[in-house]
Amino acid sequence: MPSRSGSQRPPGSGRSSPERGLLLLLLLLVLLPLGDASSAGVGHQEHAGNHTAANGRHNFTKKPFPVLSLDYHHIQTPFEISLWVLLASLMKLGFHLIPRLSNIVPESCLLIVVGLLVGGLIKLAGEKVPPVLDSRLFFLCLLPPIILDAGYFLPIRPFMENIGTILMFAVVGTLWNAFFIGGILYAVCQSQPDLNKLSLLPCLLFGSIVSAVDPVAVLAVFEEIHINELLHILVFGESLLNDAVTVVLYHLFDEYSAAGPVTVLDAFLGVISFLVVALGGVLVGAIYGFLSAFTSRFTSHTRVIEPLFVFVYSYMAYLSAEMFHLSGIMALISCGAVMRPYVEANISHKSHTTIKYFLKMWSSVSETLIFIFLGVATVDGPHSWNWIFVTVTVILCLVARVIGVIGLTYIINNFRIVKLTTKDQFIIAYGGLRGAIAFSLGFLLDDGRFPMREMFLTAIITVIFFTVFVQGMTIKPLVELLAVKKKQEAKRTINEEIHTQFLDHLLTGIEDICGHYGHHHWKDKLNRFNKKYVKKCLIVGERSKEPQLIAFYHKMEMKQAIELVESGGGVKMPSAVPSTVSMQNIQPKKPPPAKSAERSLPQLPKGREEEIRKILRSNLQKTRQRLRSYNRHTLVVDPYEDGFGDLLIKKQKMIELEKKIKEMNNYLTVPAAPPDSPTMCRARLASDPQAYSVKQSSDSVPTIQVDLASPQSPDSVNVMDEFRRAKQQQEEEEEYQGLMMKPPQGPSGPNKPGEADTTRDPQKLTRCLSDPGPSADEDEDEPFLS
Amino acid sequence: MGASQTRTGNEHQHLMDKTGFSSEQIKNLRKRFLQLSGNEETIRNQRGDEAGAFQEIGFEQFLMVMCHFRPPTLKMTAEEKEAMRKEKLRFLFNMHDTDNDGTITLEEYRKVVEELLSKSGAIGQETAEAIADAAMLEVASTNVPHMAPDEFYEGITFQHFEQILKGLEMESRMNIRFLDVDTTTMRCGRSTS
Repeated sequence: MPSRSGSQRPPGSGRSSPERGLLLLLLLLVLLPLGDASSAGVGHQEHAGNHTAANGRHNFTKKPFPVLSLDYHHIQTPFEISLWVLLASLMKLGFHLIPRLSNIVPESCLLIVVGLLVGGLIKLAGEKVPPVLDSRLFFLCLLPPIILDAGYFLPIRPFMENIGTILMFAVVGTLWNAFFIGGILYAVCQSQPDLNKLSLLPCLLFGSIVSAVDPVAVLAVFEEIHINELLHILVFGESLLNDAVTVVLYHLFDEYSAAGPVTVLDAFLGVISFLVVALGGVLVGAIYGFLSAFTSRFTSHTRVIEPLFVFVYSYMAYLSAEMFHLSGIMALISCGAVMRPYVEANISHKSHTTIKYFLKMWSSVSETLIFIFLGVATVDGPHSWNWIFVTVTVILCLVARVIGVIGLTYIINNFRIVKLTTKDQFIIAYGGLRGAIAFSLGFLLDDGRFPMREMFLTAIITVIFFTVFVQGMTIKPLVELLAVKKKQEAKRTINEEIHTQFLDHLLTGIEDICGHYGHHHWKDKLNRFNKKYVKKCLIVGERSKEPQLIAFYHKMEMKQAIELVESGGGVKMPSAVPSTVSMQNIQPKKPPPAKSAERSLPQLPKGREEEIRKILRSNLQKTRQRLRSYNRHTLVVDPYEDGFGDLLIKKQKMIELEKKIKEMNNYLTVPAAPPDSPTMCRARLASDPQAYSVKQSSDSVPTIQVDLASPQSPDSVNVMDEFRRAKQQQEEEEEYQGLMMKPPQGPSGPNKPGEADTTRDPQKLTRCLSDPGPSADEDEDEPFLS
Repeated sequence: MGASQTRTGNEHQHLMDKTGFSSEQIKNLRKRFLQLSGNEETIRNQRGDEAGAFQEIGFEQFLMVMCHFRPPTLKMTAEEKEAMRKEKLRFLFNMHDTDNDGTITLEEYRKVVEELLSKSGAIGQETAEAIADAAMLEVASTNVPHMAPDEFYEGITFQHFEQILKGLEMESRMNIRFLDVDTTTMRCGRSTS
């Protein structure tokens, strides 16, 4: 093996590093599982050796003191776990080194193949494959991070708007699938001589296991195809909510498959059980969510453990739900969705980042591990291949899904405002992937009561492979072929935000006029209730009163300011619309307003301010593009990632600048962010699909407007006054924030014709930042960053 | 009896063609209209004298306003959807453009934002102005990217308005459900009776 990698020399030096990297990974891949398997053997031997040693000697003959000894058994379990996690992560690294491959084949397929290889290697080495997809391990450790990540970042608005459709697909669709598959399989089996002993209930049980759309698989595949929001949320929401149905059906058929025929009473109890399971799960999750939000209210002095509360409360919600055999997945989703707006308003921005990164990291690793384990378990598991059973299962899954989707859409379209087209239906049907949950449920089956367990497992694995490989690989070209609408990548503008809110109010009003309690009416009521009671209780301090629009606006301004500062250092800003329009183009020319009435600014709490400054300063070195997507593998798109050299130069420039600016602190003011607003600090954090959360408002809102073209307009005079006043209230003034504001020298200064040269602006900015100039008078007509 | 029925039938047919509502929907809306107007033929403007506002509206005008909120049907072609979207955007535009001069000026936009934020307590005018200014700046930047510093951006025209709200997909969002069944047991918040 080593010689092979050494002797291969890929042509062309440019391509050598990814190839070498891949070969290195393959090497590791081979070594790790062998190490794992053989170490298991070593462990056993060691153990046996110890025993014999202990038994054999009662007279302790003195041996030389062991300087170095091997005790693998001591650390065996954590070591193996770490090896597996390491393998998963290295695989992930490897795939992204070869972009061509990851464009054609979805990651999940590659991971399953890796799992197969690893399993095969272990078997070849003669060792026993560890029972990796043990149901306890799967359900208690591997699944929760993925579901929590999905629930915490669930886009609430589209989810709630389509909740009826989602529930229909999840509940009715899964029931239809289960019974259709189970029933027809039973009929087919009766006609076959070798499968005759399969009675109806095990068939139905099998049907219910294999019919549920799997959230892990859906997430893995759909993320790479960037489909439009509606379809994504429909399929994904369905995969999450069908857990309740699956749980109930599974337990129902499991219980009664031995005990005889199911009576009407049992069926009725099943329905009741479904309601209890679903609603109970949601309730448990909501309770823990509120607890978590309430706890986060008091964490202002112990910021370090804030993320811990989020994770622990969510996990406990899951475990509590599982304890009562309620739907753990629904508990997790509701916990994450409920606690998020309140927790985000309370915690510091670093905790926010931590939570985000940890969730993404865990869910990523979990997903990778699940797929690898699927591969390993395939190699390992006892198989019993029966052509008829397996092929009929696969065909039935497809057929049932298609018929189910078409039928349900026909009914649902009567109730939807925006109907689902045929293309949409096709994608929904095609996106019904099965995954590891089905396998684990099959694994859980008791061997004694289900002699056909192995056949079931083989069929389940075949279905999973079929959906993940065939459907997973072909869905991307199909989406292109059918020209399905893709996700909008554009940033949300403030106009869109204003009009979204305006529409909300407008439609609520119109519904009122028409006289029926519609969708908007209830949403409005919920919002009022939320604002009036819940927010006051769960959000600390003044932040409970800030309206959405203002929070959004602050975020946006902050982001723009930071971006512009960064680009002023010389790097091209990718997101800006090249435009020379400035505030003065919009303001009608009017005489300066009378001096505005005195208004006392709220005192900025010192600690908050310090935090804001630190964040601003650290953000100068890097800019992040805000990416409103639900992609789990790329948190942020960093346009400057490759320009590390640039960053260093910029950093130096900034440091020089700071020194210079320290000398002339009368000309700089700190952009006083609204007090107590972590939103301001977090404006640059990306990958947050929900753009708004409740934040604090203040009486005066100093705005940070970036003015590219030039000088002062009457209104900005007022703003500058605010800044000056704010500055005077602060004790520290010399810290450079990267935004230079200039106090006005007087009311509206005349616009010098020299300023009209718009092409000079970027350079001017550069000049502005790198060399502020020696005195105030000279700077009078320099563009200020507003 | 028969004559009045055919007359209302013709009326309904005329309204159906004009607005696109179905017969049941028109009947329901008529009932609601009568409820709101206190069984009279017109609804009076409660807000007193406003420049450019009607003093009272009749049922047909009521329906015309309501028909802007109809959802698109499955069978609509792309052009029809585009036309519907334009119509809805036009409605919104007219709502903002209170003096009906064809542009939304900064003042008018400021009023819009102020009203949006009016329920949120002591926000202060500064905030609303700042937000409206930023929004206006955005519209100007996207539509007229290169303006000399002494040019003045008069206001948002309808084309610009369309342009900036392109991403919102109005035809899917600006809809309410018009029921075919009778739900007039509900009372409007501020009834006229």
